[in-house]
Amino acid sequence: MADVTLMKTPAETALAQAFESAKTVLPGSVESRAQAFEQFSARGLPHRRVEEFKYTDLRALLREVAPFANVPSAEEAKAALEGSKAFADVSALQVPFVNGHFVREAVDFHNLPEGLEIVPLREALANGHEWLAKLSPVPWASDNPIYQLNTSFMADGVMIRVAGAVETPVHLRFVTAAGSAVATATRVLVVVEDDASVTLLESHESTDGANHQPNDVVEMIAGDRSNVQHVRLNAEGDKTLALSTLAARIGAEVTFNSINVVAGAATSRHQVYAVLDGENTNLRVNGANLLKGSQHGDSTLVVEHNALHCESRELFKTVIDDEATGVFQGKIIVPHHAQKTDGRMMSAALLLAEGGSMNNKPELEIFADDVQCAHGATCGQLDEDLLFYLMARGLPKKEAERLLVQAFLGEAIEFVENESARDALVGTVEEWLRARA
Amino acid sequence: MPAVQETIDQVRSIDVDQYKYGFETEVEMEKAPKGLSEDVIRFISAKKGEPEWMLQWRLDAYKRWLTMKEPNWARVSYDKIDYNDIYYYAAPKKNPAPKSLDEVDPEILKTYEKLGIPLREQEILAGVEPSSRVAVDAVFDSVSVATTFKEELKKAGVIFMPISEAIREYPDLVRQYLGSVVPVTDNFFATLNSAVFTDGSFVYIPPGVRCPMELSTYFRINEKNTGQFERTLIIADKGSYVSYLEGCTAPKRDENQLHAAVVELIALDDAEIKYSTVQNWYPGDAQGRGGIYNFVTKRGDCRGKNSVITWTQVETGSAITWKYPSCILRGDNSRGEFYSIAVSNGMQQVDSGTKMIHLGKNTTSRIISKGIAAGKSENTYRGLVSAHRKATGARNFTNCDSLLIGNQCGAHTVPYIESKNATAVFEHEATTSKISEDQMFYCQQRGLSEEEATALIVNGFVKDVLQQLPMEFAVEAQKLISISLEGSVG
Repeated sequence: MADVTLMKTPAETALAQAFESAKTVLPGSVESRAQAFEQFSARGLPHRRVEEFKYTDLRALLREVAPFANVPSAEEAKAALEGSKAFADVSALQVPFVNGHFVREAVDFHNLPEGLEIVPLREALANGHEWLAKLSPVPWASDNPIYQLNTSFMADGVMIRVAGAVETPVHLRFVTAAGSAVATATRVLVVVEDDASVTLLESHESTDGANHQPNDVVEMIAGDRSNVQHVRLNAEGDKTLALSTLAARIGAEVTFNSINVVAGAATSRHQVYAVLDGENTNLRVNGANLLKGSQHGDSTLVVEHNALHCESRELFKTVIDDEATGVFQGKIIVPHHAQKTDGRMMSAALLLAEGGSMNNKPELEIFADDVQCAHGATCGQLDEDLLFYLMARGLPKKEAERLLVQAFLGEAIEFVENESARDALVGTVEEWLRARA
Repeated sequence: MPAVQETIDQVRSIDVDQYKYGFETEVEMEKAPKGLSEDVIRFISAKKGEPEWMLQWRLDAYKRWLTMKEPNWARVSYDKIDYNDIYYYAAPKKNPAPKSLDEVDPEILKTYEKLGIPLREQEILAGVEPSSRVAVDAVFDSVSVATTFKEELKKAGVIFMPISEAIREYPDLVRQYLGSVVPVTDNFFATLNSAVFTDGSFVYIPPGVRCPMELSTYFRINEKNTGQFERTLIIADKGSYVSYLEGCTAPKRDENQLHAAVVELIALDDAEIKYSTVQNWYPGDAQGRGGIYNFVTKRGDCRGKNSVITWTQVETGSAITWKYPSCILRGDNSRGEFYSIAVSNGMQQVDSGTKMIHLGKNTTSRIISKGIAAGKSENTYRGLVSAHRKATGARNFTNCDSLLIGNQCGAHTVPYIESKNATAVFEHEATTSKISEDQMFYCQQRGLSEEEATALIVNGFVKDVLQQLPMEFAVEAQKLISISLEGSVG
């Protein structure tokens, strides 16, 4: 069918042009990038007829492609980081990124906590570091167009190896401070060796008023008996289109907790792809989305249980004010050999105002006959009875609402182990609620 | 938790190789030329003595169909269907339009006897249970061969007849409602059906009438290489009530046969329609050879205020099922219900569920779906619950459980829940313990086990309907209802 020409949208054409000019400049092998881009352009930007993007039509949302950001100067980077507020009160090892580029001056490579190694991705790509082979731990994630775009354009990032118990949290701080709209593509790989443990904070901030387009991928490999605590905060600017992916391959007897809190961006889509590869592992993936105005927040999740006796719990809470739209798409896959799986997925949404919408799609795909899997989805207003109870005790309506919303979201946040990180998230919720009133 | 032995035995007893209705009837048939063309459509239309507008309607549908693509989003796989290798019309040669039962080919009567379908009114009247009288419309391949109790129903003002007759006798009524719920252009199979449908039932219940007996249609595919394209239209006028049952079987054959039906229900103000299906088409053999492709579009429109539409289905047959009985809740305070039990065995593939579309104020819907997969089958629940901007106070409760027997089968759940109204309250639950704790407590307090209590509550309504099924296989259907909920997954 050589005579069939695919119609490309202006954004797709712009991406193709951007790739043509960027591929020789970007570090590392051109082939793997070209392959990913080819896979992407074969299907183009996903639209609502593509099942996985039914509720988040990227073709409609991404009309203009922003230029990819340049490496900031030392002053620019310093100024940008000074303006960053995320997890300010949490003492952590800072691994900062400005405009999608790793600020290596900010890391003292000689005095890293014991058990921690950090390799800048740009250099690693350029000189073919051996850890590169560990990228893409979830092979089927590379079928995803957002992931493909990241692989095509990834300009920087870090690779982190954790061996042993690292007490100090590692904070991946992403700041986009450019005045005009820029696109960024970063990739982070975290390899947690057997018996090791780490707390990983991730924050994303960008300037208001510019249509920034970050596309971030964090990949993790959690070795047997490891413990991973991952806390992610999206505090992007009000015009940002934020796409992000967490892809994790998890071994046996692991405790793996991940939470994503969305308090910013015009449009956000966070994808979690987790594969449970070893027995007796315990996975928790939570999400709290705070949406108002015309924001659009999408949480997409695929958990593949690939081993016996694993337990997974997914709890997603969405609060929708004004005319915002929330999306939850979750899928638990249990192949026939993953007996004794215990999976529970729950999505709850609160619609605070007329005009908001929520789309839930909790899916199960089960082939094993001795498992427990459940999913639930609810969607509605604040409980009138509870409101009445609080108001009868003298709380003004707004106050009562605030209390109930806080409790509603609290359920998703409370499992965060690091106290100051949890406080920061609670603070984010409070601030959002105050801004509402 | 694995399935309990009792459940396993019961599912085994209806496994594909236990299919009881696989016999063939030797009747001389008259068929349209093989394949699909305008001529074949004209032939069908002429056979049915249809008015010009109906033929035009069919031809328009056909033209539209030619431009459409077969849907591929369902979780089923099958070899490409050659739509030109099917006979679209097959009718018994001897007297295709009998006036009374005496004129019906005795071979056909024997067939229904064997299937346990009562076609003789006096026999039914002399039956042990006079209360279980049911009016039957028997559709054999492309024609309706008999409709019972027509006279008695007429006295009550109820119209119950083959749709081909209704097109001739009540053209205005048919024209007003046909295609108003499932438009001609709705989907590939519905459009195909609109072009070539051959028979089916037509029901009209006048205002304020409670239909004096159960109505039922029994579909039988008999001839080789044919497809069955039935069309059912039920209209419940203001304040009326009707309960309608549908059953279907087919002979055992190595080939796949296509069944693409369209069912439209319309409930006006305060009306109620209960639609029950026991689907037992030939499911193919254990190796997956043969069986019916059941690609059906069923939709009910709660057009009036306070109207109610209930779908109840027991699905055990068909090689492939692609079926989503839906409710459009247009009238304020209207209610839609969907109760389904889908059992798949052998190599069967089921992709079924429902859509509840809330448009009116204070509309409520309930979905209870139970999928049981055994053998190497695939069983998918796919459902949509949506609330329109104006659907203030909409309420939905969904509970879908699935159970797997053996580890070569698959159970899947694909629910879509879309809310555009803040006052809409939607709950989707997959755990059995969540259904009304008060009722559970009540039952358990009186000595029922949790499992018994759950089964009682979840299936109380379904049981109610099934007990009235006149068909022999209602026994199996009832057995299925009592299947333990133990070991189910969400």
